[in-house]
Formats: sequence, structure tokens, C-alpha cells
Amino acid sequence: MSKDKFTTLKSAAVPIPDENIDTDQIIPARFLKATTREGFGDNLFRDWRYGSDNNPIKDFALNNPSYSGKILVAGKNFGCGSSREHAAWSIYDYGFRVVVSSFFADIFKNNALNNAVLPVVISDEFLKNLLAAVQKNPSTEVTVDLENQVISYGNQSQKFEINAYKRECLINGYDDIDYLLSLNKEIREFDVAHA
Amino acid sequence: MSEKKPKTIFEKIWDSHVVKRAEGHPDALFIDRHFIHEVTSPQAFDGLKKRGLQVFNTMRTSATADHNVPTKDQHLPIKEALSRHQVETLRKNCKEFGVELYDLGHPYQGIVHIIGPELGLTLPGMAIVCGDSHTSTHGAFGNIAFGIGTSEVEQVLATQCILQYKPKTMKIEINGTLSKGVVSKDIILYVISKISASGATGFFVEYAGDAIRNLSMEARMTICNMSIEMGARGGLIAPDETTFNYIKGRKFAPQGEAFDRAVAEWKKLITDEGAIYDQVLSFDAADIAPMITYGTNPGMGMKVTDRIPTTEELKELSEQASFKKSLEYMGVEPGSKLLGKAIDYVFIGSCTNARIEDLREVAAMVKGKKKADNVEVWVVPGSKQVQEQAKKEGLDKIFEAAGFELRDPGCSACLGMNEDKIPAGKYCISTSNRNFEGRQGPKSRTFLASPLSAAAAAITGKVTDVREFI
Repeated sequence: MSKDKFTTLKSAAVPIPDENIDTDQIIPARFLKATTREGFGDNLFRDWRYGSDNNPIKDFALNNPSYSGKILVAGKNFGCGSSREHAAWSIYDYGFRVVVSSFFADIFKNNALNNAVLPVVISDEFLKNLLAAVQKNPSTEVTVDLENQVISYGNQSQKFEINAYKRECLINGYDDIDYLLSLNKEIREFDVAHA
Repeated sequence: MSEKKPKTIFEKIWDSHVVKRAEGHPDALFIDRHFIHEVTSPQAFDGLKKRGLQVFNTMRTSATADHNVPTKDQHLPIKEALSRHQVETLRKNCKEFGVELYDLGHPYQGIVHIIGPELGLTLPGMAIVCGDSHTSTHGAFGNIAFGIGTSEVEQVLATQCILQYKPKTMKIEINGTLSKGVVSKDIILYVISKISASGATGFFVEYAGDAIRNLSMEARMTICNMSIEMGARGGLIAPDETTFNYIKGRKFAPQGEAFDRAVAEWKKLITDEGAIYDQVLSFDAADIAPMITYGTNPGMGMKVTDRIPTTEELKELSEQASFKKSLEYMGVEPGSKLLGKAIDYVFIGSCTNARIEDLREVAAMVKGKKKADNVEVWVVPGSKQVQEQAKKEGLDKIFEAAGFELRDPGCSACLGMNEDKIPAGKYCISTSNRNFEGRQGPKSRTFLASPLSAAAAAITGKVTDVREFI
């Protein structure tokens, strides 16, 4: 699905420092029953965000009015577990465009990139300092420059890696299916040869 | 030069599926077999409709309903409206696009990763995908099988290809003899406890060594199933006589001479002498004991007789906060033992451990015994065929006499999506694959273990060392 084009984003950030945040936390399975891609943001981090009485849990970052912005900063191994793309949809639908962590699970990373959510991998040290900065001053502005592959805040900055193809897709709003459809003839031949 | 370079089995299969390798692009990888289910396919079919596309090759696509189905009174309409709608949407999409569906009530219906192998749809040398992370299960047959997101499901439906970067390779070797009471689930829980829930991220794993070789096909599937729980893209085991014997005669497997020809090809699927892996890990089977998890990711596991680590024992200081939060959620103390801890539920099921051998093992252990009064025990077969086979062998009678409930096939309490949920605060010993917070239902608490350990716990009503029973 082609989505918005991404170049540079400047925004405040929301910190969720927990490690190993799995996709069951991002969007619990009982909310996967929709047959469209929209509306999942309401249930993003549902069980960390709301108590069993459906009242917001005050301590949780998404309920803290001082935090806002389009950048989520999270502990390492973000997005492990289930392959549900609903996790990426819920993050996008809530309004995040970037997730920053020191380590991402593979499937989540692909799903995010396929949905105009940029996963930014930084060092453990940079992550620790960024989390501390945002927690100390929630209005800290973080800049994510995709063209130059640099994330910065205050006087700190770090280069991040992203593969060139995915970067082009994000900058131009392309998706994989356009490219694969262009290979139709080769794929047909391959299919026949391997029947 | 490139032809002479020794290759791992993974590289052989990957390279033989590359339709196009172009500068600046990931490989376009051909997919032989695509499994779909009701939860991760509706938006993909929607995408096809919006673009006016057909399914590229319906013969390579198979569907079933598993995640969202009730496991009681399956012949009746699904009570919950959203679940019913999702299954009905799958039905409609399969009909419209001409995809074979093993629907509720069909003799082949079941958990997608159980029915593929059982029907002979899963074969060595293939590239297999499904919108489900436990697709790694199929790797037990010596193929490349991995889970994908819904955008990728759409790509595969539309083009029979997926764009992928080749992952790194890792060999996990386990040699030696397994001790009494130790089964394949313990092997994989042990490995994950050693390398952590992210220890194989970015890698495709090959399991090797005589302890793996000596396992049955079903036991191998349990190992490959949980590859994703250490972050691996997938996990495979080179095919051998055990594999060929399992496949022979299965419904959609090659038959007769075609089978013999296929076996000759499959025998080439081995890692060449001198092939290089990016990483190699070795473990001794004798070090493995019956395992149990105590925390909220599958890496938080230990021998059932061990004590939970203390916060001070953690290798990395940064992990302390998450560790404490996890143990608080579980209601267990750092440094304490789980042995003897009372439990409330036992769940025997899921794509990890709901095959006929699992049910046989459990039945053999509980025959003539009764479950403890404080526990509720659900045995959920992985497929209609497993359920029928269990009945044919009289396992249903053994379960009934023990007070175990044998249900209809589906994913059930593995993922807290359908009607089968563990209530808040309750403890469940589960043969499934994930102990995440709320995985089995909001605020539920999961201890992952083998079917044998789960059966022993069902009888005593508490966390038990299965070796006391055998």
C-alpha cells in the first residue's frame, strides 16, 4: 500500500523504555478481528494503556499529557513475537511515523517499512541518553533526517543504517508490489519451469 | 567459481528460488507454497481487489480457519460477531479468488502449520510463507519457511514472489543423548534460554547434530516452530529418511515414481562440506533437563528444578527494570523456585505441540490417573485429522477418564483471540510458544513447558518435575 512520502521529521518523542516489547503488547490478539487496516490506533498498547475497568493507566507514557509527537522511543528488541502487521498499522494509525530503538525484530521491521513507519536503529548508549533526555524534558525536539540517515536532538546526533532500496521506497512512497508486478513475465516463466 | 563454493542447505534453497537479483533491490524470491488464514489475509485480498488483480497461482495457495475459531461446538455458527465476520470474509475471498479452503467442519481443517505437513503440502526444498510467525514450523522438512506481514501476503497472492534480503546463517548443533523425560520442546526452550529471545534475530537457523537427527518429524517440527522465539527468520533441518518416510503416501505429496524422483532430488539438500555459517553454536544434549519459563518472554526459561535468577545475577544492568516488571506481572519472586507452585489451567495444544505424538505422550502418562481438583485441563488437537486419529486410538477415553477435556481443533488458548482464554491472574502451564503478557488472555500468566511436563502438572496441580513420574 503506497503511503505518505518521508523525508525529514522534527517532533517531540514518546518514551517507552521497556525491552522486548512484543507485538501482543503493541496490539493484543483480541483486537485483530477487523478486516480493514484502519482504527487500530485506539487499541495501541491497549493493556498497558487501559486498566481492566477501561480507565487510562496514568503512569503509562501514552496517557501522560506532557508526552506527544510522532516519534516513539522504545527499549531494545522492539516488535518481537507475532508477525501481525496490525502492530505497524496501530502505530501508524495512532500517529507515530518513526520508532527508535537499539534493536528491532525482523518481521516487525519489514512490516513497519511497508507501512510508512520508519524504524531507526541507534546504539544502546544513544538510546539510553535519548530516553533520559526525553524523560527529563518531554518537549525535546528530535529530528529524523532520512535522506542523510541522521537522528539528532540537542547537540547529540547519530547516523543510522537503512537499506538503500527501502529508503528510496519511503522517500518516494513506493511499495514492493509495484516492483514485483513489473517482473510478471519472469515470474510466470519461473512458475512453469518449477511446476 | 561460484558453482564450486560449498553451500549451506539454506543457501542452496534460497538461491534456487531467486527469480531476479537486481542491483539496489532485495531478491525477488519465488514462493512454492503460500498458506493463508482468516486473521492476516482480509486486508491482503482487499488490496488485490483495489488493484484489480487475481491470485497469481491458486494451486500454490491453501487456506484454513484456525486462529479465531471456537474449539467447542464447532459445528454451530461462531457466536462472536467479529470472529464470525472474519471467518466469513475468508470464505468469501477464497470463493471469489478460487483458493482451496479447509473450512470449519472440513476433514482437513486445523492449525495452518499442522495441516500443511500432514497433507503433504509441505515438502523439502520449498520456499513457504504464511502470514504467521510460526511458519518456521515447516522448516523441519528441509525448506525455507518464514512468517510475513499482510502487505507481504498481498505481494505473494499477487505475484507468487516476495522481496527479501538474504538473512545470515546460523548452525545450532546439538549432540549427545537426551535424558529421560526430556523431549524436543525442552531442547528448544533450553536453546532459547541460553541465547535469549533476540539471540538469532537476522539469522536463518539450521539445526543439526545427532540429538536432532534422532528426533521424529513431529518432534523436529516443535523445534523449528519456536525458531522465531529467539528472533530467527526461520529454522530448518536437512531432510533424511525420517523425513521421506513421513511424507510418503501423504495426500498431496508426489506419489509412486514421482515420489522416488523427488526423494533423489531431496537427498541433495544437505550442507556441503566446508560451507561457512555466519555463526555456529553447539550444545550437549546431556545438559538439557525438563524446562519451564518463569517470565514474559520465551528466553526467560530454566530447568524445572532451578530457581529464578535474582536481579543482581542479570548480565546486563539495563535489563533489570524489564526483568522486575516481568516477574511482578507473573507474581513470582526473584531467586525463588517454581517447583511445587500451584497452577490453575493446563493447555495442551497449539502449532508447537498439538500433533498426534504429543497427544499420545500425554495419554500414556495420564492413563489410569486423574487430574488434580484445582486445575482445568484443555487438550486441543491441532487438526481434524489429529482429533479423529486420537479418537480412533481411544485417547479420548483416556483423557475423559482423567478429567481432561478434548476439544475441537484450532489455535485455542495459545493467543487469547478466540473464546478460549485464561482468566486474569490465573496460572497456566502451556505447551504453546509464547508467555508474553496477556498472551493467553488479559492478565493471564503462562508457564511454557513440554506436553509431558504439562501432563504431570495436570495430575499434581502444581509445577512438577516430570522425571518423578517416569
